Amino acid sequence: MEDDAPVIYGLEFQARALTPQTAETDAIRFLVGTQSLKYDNQIHIIDFDDENNIINKNVLLHQAGEIWHISASPADRGVLATCYNRTCCCVLSLDSFVALGKSAAQLLKALETPSDSKVLTCAAVWRMPKELESGSHESPDDSSSTAQTLELLCHLDNTAHSNMACVVWEPMGDGKKIISLADNHILLWDLQESSSQAVLASSASLGGKGQLKFTSGRWSPHHNCTQVATANDTTLRGWDTRTMSQIYCIENAHGQLVRDLDFNPNKQYYLASCGDDCKVKFWDTRNVTEPVKTLEEHSHWVWNVRYNHSHDQLVLTGSSDSRVILSNMVSISSEPFGHLVDDDDISDQEDHRSEEKSKEPLQDNVIATYEEHEDSVYAVDWSSADPWLFASLSYDGRLVINRVPRALKYHILL
Amino acid sequence: MKNDFRKMEDEMDRLATNMAVITDFSARISATLQDRHERITKLAGVHALLRKLQFLFELPSRLTKCVELGAYGQAVRYQGRAQAVLQQYQHLPSFRAIQDDCQVITARLAQQLRQRFREGGSGAPEQAECVELLLALGEPAEELCEEFLAHARGRLEEELRSLEAELGPSPPAPDVLEFTDHGGSGFVGGLCQVAAAYQELFAAQGPAGAERLAAFARELGSRYFALVERRLAQEQGGGDNSLLVRALDRFHRRLRAPGALLAAAGLAEAATEIVERVARERLGHHLQGLRAAFLGCLTDVRQALAAPRVAGKEGPGLAELLANVASSILSHIKASLAAVHLFTAKEVSFSNKPYFRGEFCSQGVREGLIVGFIRSMCQTAQSFCDSPGEKGGATPPALLLLLSRLCLDYETATISYILTLTDEQFLVQDQFPVTPVSTLCAEARETARRLLTHYVKVQGLVISQMLRKSVETRDWLSTLEPRNVRAVMKRVVEDTTAIDVQVGLLYEEGVRKAQSSDSSKRTFSVYSSSRQQGRYAPSYTPSAPMDTNLLSNIQKLFSERIDVFSPVEFNKVSVLTGIIKISLKTLLECVRLRTFGRFGLQQVQVDCHFLQLYLWRFVADEELVHLLLDEVVASAALRCPDPVPMEPSVVEVICERG
Repeated sequence: MEDDAPVIYGLEFQARALTPQTAETDAIRFLVGTQSLKYDNQIHIIDFDDENNIINKNVLLHQAGEIWHISASPADRGVLATCYNRTCCCVLSLDSFVALGKSAAQLLKALETPSDSKVLTCAAVWRMPKELESGSHESPDDSSSTAQTLELLCHLDNTAHSNMACVVWEPMGDGKKIISLADNHILLWDLQESSSQAVLASSASLGGKGQLKFTSGRWSPHHNCTQVATANDTTLRGWDTRTMSQIYCIENAHGQLVRDLDFNPNKQYYLASCGDDCKVKFWDTRNVTEPVKTLEEHSHWVWNVRYNHSHDQLVLTGSSDSRVILSNMVSISSEPFGHLVDDDDISDQEDHRSEEKSKEPLQDNVIATYEEHEDSVYAVDWSSADPWLFASLSYDGRLVINRVPRALKYHILL
Repeated sequence: MKNDFRKMEDEMDRLATNMAVITDFSARISATLQDRHERITKLAGVHALLRKLQFLFELPSRLTKCVELGAYGQAVRYQGRAQAVLQQYQHLPSFRAIQDDCQVITARLAQQLRQRFREGGSGAPEQAECVELLLALGEPAEELCEEFLAHARGRLEEELRSLEAELGPSPPAPDVLEFTDHGGSGFVGGLCQVAAAYQELFAAQGPAGAERLAAFARELGSRYFALVERRLAQEQGGGDNSLLVRALDRFHRRLRAPGALLAAAGLAEAATEIVERVARERLGHHLQGLRAAFLGCLTDVRQALAAPRVAGKEGPGLAELLANVASSILSHIKASLAAVHLFTAKEVSFSNKPYFRGEFCSQGVREGLIVGFIRSMCQTAQSFCDSPGEKGGATPPALLLLLSRLCLDYETATISYILTLTDEQFLVQDQFPVTPVSTLCAEARETARRLLTHYVKVQGLVISQMLRKSVETRDWLSTLEPRNVRAVMKRVVEDTTAIDVQVGLLYEEGVRKAQSSDSSKRTFSVYSSSRQQGRYAPSYTPSAPMDTNLLSNIQKLFSERIDVFSPVEFNKVSVLTGIIKISLKTLLECVRLRTFGRFGLQQVQVDCHFLQLYLWRFVADEELVHLLLDEVVASAALRCPDPVPMEPSVVEVICERG
């Protein structure tokens, strides 16, 4: 069985932020946010036409600043949240530099002014133009020339809590609740009046010594969406969103900084984490002393780990060794014995075949290593529409869309 | 001639006649004497009968006398002789009376014999005599067996008790040799006597009797063995193998005699088993000892490494420490081999047992002790790689390095040397599969590789952390115009140099790509002016925003992918390359997470140039350092809204000054 070749799309700018359009369940659509300090940043809406293997893109301007993190609302296709750096201050300084003439002393003064020189990461919720929500099929040239702008719905006001590391939506909800991580604070927001207003519902913060800074967080789809897990330094923490109190804590989950984590969509106590020690670890949150399993396939920091939404044995990781690795963690998945076939469905021949199949050992292994990237891969994610398809994004702006190998797909399905 | 014959014929005839006459006379004489002869015979018969009768009548008094005199043997003989007659004629009242008397006396006799038997004051031979007599008296054999054995048991238990007393509460007073001697002569000797006597006395008992004896011997034997084992167990901790082997030898030798007598009791086998078990335990003990010695060495090394350096005077060098560890382990191994070799010495009685000829040598010594030790050594070493001390502290890196070199040395020479030594000393007769040298070597090599890789990771991490902190904690937007190389870079170079020296003590230089004599200068110009400018200059000309990527991608097409945490080779250059790769990649990733002001970028430029100046000499392919540093500067430029690079000449001046 031949597998389709990967589809590659290049952005003009550096990019780190990638998300599937979560609320879209029919079309394969990804959102990519760029990072440029010199130009207007963009959000690329990438439509992938599975039948023709063609990519269609639409570009939205994100003038607020470079995008560090992006997440799409699970309820409304048109709504998304970004974490971005405000960079206008620097432009201002450049202007002032020109305006004030070339005296170094003046320049220094301009740069030293605190309000100017501080990079602040903010978060905001946006709405994309209606016609782009469901993906229009204009020719790419057109759309790039007439780039449309996002409509700002609301800011997640961070005057009190500085830099936003990421924003996560309540996974099953109506898109009214989001959590944002800002330095050492975890903030729960209620979006009101059709998302035009964000009200801080509750918050919690990490106390203690040292630099406490959240790097990443995920909202658990289990327990009625009342749990959030966060990563700071080498520690993983679980939080109850109702009380905003810590429910578990995995100290030293990784030898070095934890970069990302993800919940198993089908097993409520399982979560995966990855970090700078090149490892991917799988945890049972009921027993936080030992990881259930550890993978050490990457040769540099692992930036991203994602469970497949429907087949949780498929785990995707992206790393700054420029590789994307798809692993089959069948032994700790929700289907450790393969797909269970109802007895009634099995005719004699099938019976025979299924016997054969059951004899095959189900082992955890690396399914494939994707080497299409030439720079560090900072984001990988599965499509929300097609469970067999995923995208990965490297810093040089290359987006690669790949599929799970067909042989494996049929093995899982049949 | 004819005459002569005739004469002879005549004479023969005459002789025949004479003979006939003589025969006639003889017949007549016997006929005459016939009568008398018969009478004489009759008289003799009567006489004998009378004597017997007299004997019978005198029997009670004689018996009494005998019993009184203690001539039990005589008494029993008389009784034996009279028994049958008395039995036959007991219907005659007079005989009946005699018999009754006799029985009374005999009963007394038996009583006395038993008494003597029970008193046990006399030695085993006399007792045997008692038993013999009692048997002759027709006492039931079963009962006698029981009694005999019960009595013997009493004595043997006495022996056992005295042995147990010797065992006593620790410490055991006599050494193990004395103990086994004692047991050998006392208990085993006694058991031999009993067995011999029993077999002699109760031979008629057939298999049932033998079975009883066997059970008896088994039971007491097992108790004896239990005692011996307890004693031997006390010996396990001790270091003196020769004494133990001699003791075992005696023990085993002594038991061979009863073994022959008591094949059914299986004492010899049991004894052999004990010896084997002790040998096995001994092997285990030595293995334990070797491991402890290894761990001890490691502790010493740790201490030596952690010991505060006396000012001006370096502590023992790594190479010296390595030599110490290697020689100390080797001497421990040799000592252990010599110690267990005693078990197979020719003069030792059990050395020709199949176990000691085969399994002991191959499975026990070679596999269990030597291979087991080497494996456990590798495991111990590897455990340092898995330790949770990933954050640094736990294992000193120098120890990792030293262990790695140690394992590598084992792979190249020591393992085959040790195994050859073992095979020579213990002519291993091969029917068990043994681990081939190559497998062990591969394991050792793998261990060495993992240790070295771990060393690279740990050291890389240390430097990475420095770089990371330096990038993360600084406010790059409001930094001042660079005047100096930042201290952390100097620290990085210093540390790298220190690592270089450290690794150089244990590992060979390794190969580098050819380089020009003045590499730093050459690369500087390329790197700092033309290439660097060329790479990111277009990125702030608004017309071509894509050029950055294009250029960097084209450049990447021609350079190989850099595997950051890649396995290392066993040489200094490879190790250093690994560490520097990890550090620079960290720097790159950290830089990409920050935003730089113009002077921030320039500072990065200066820092990178400084690293460039000093790091190229450590790595296999200096191009690699250029590439990574280029990438760092390019990334910093990308992360800078106002990228105005510093003049290369200025950069150069700053770096040379700093």
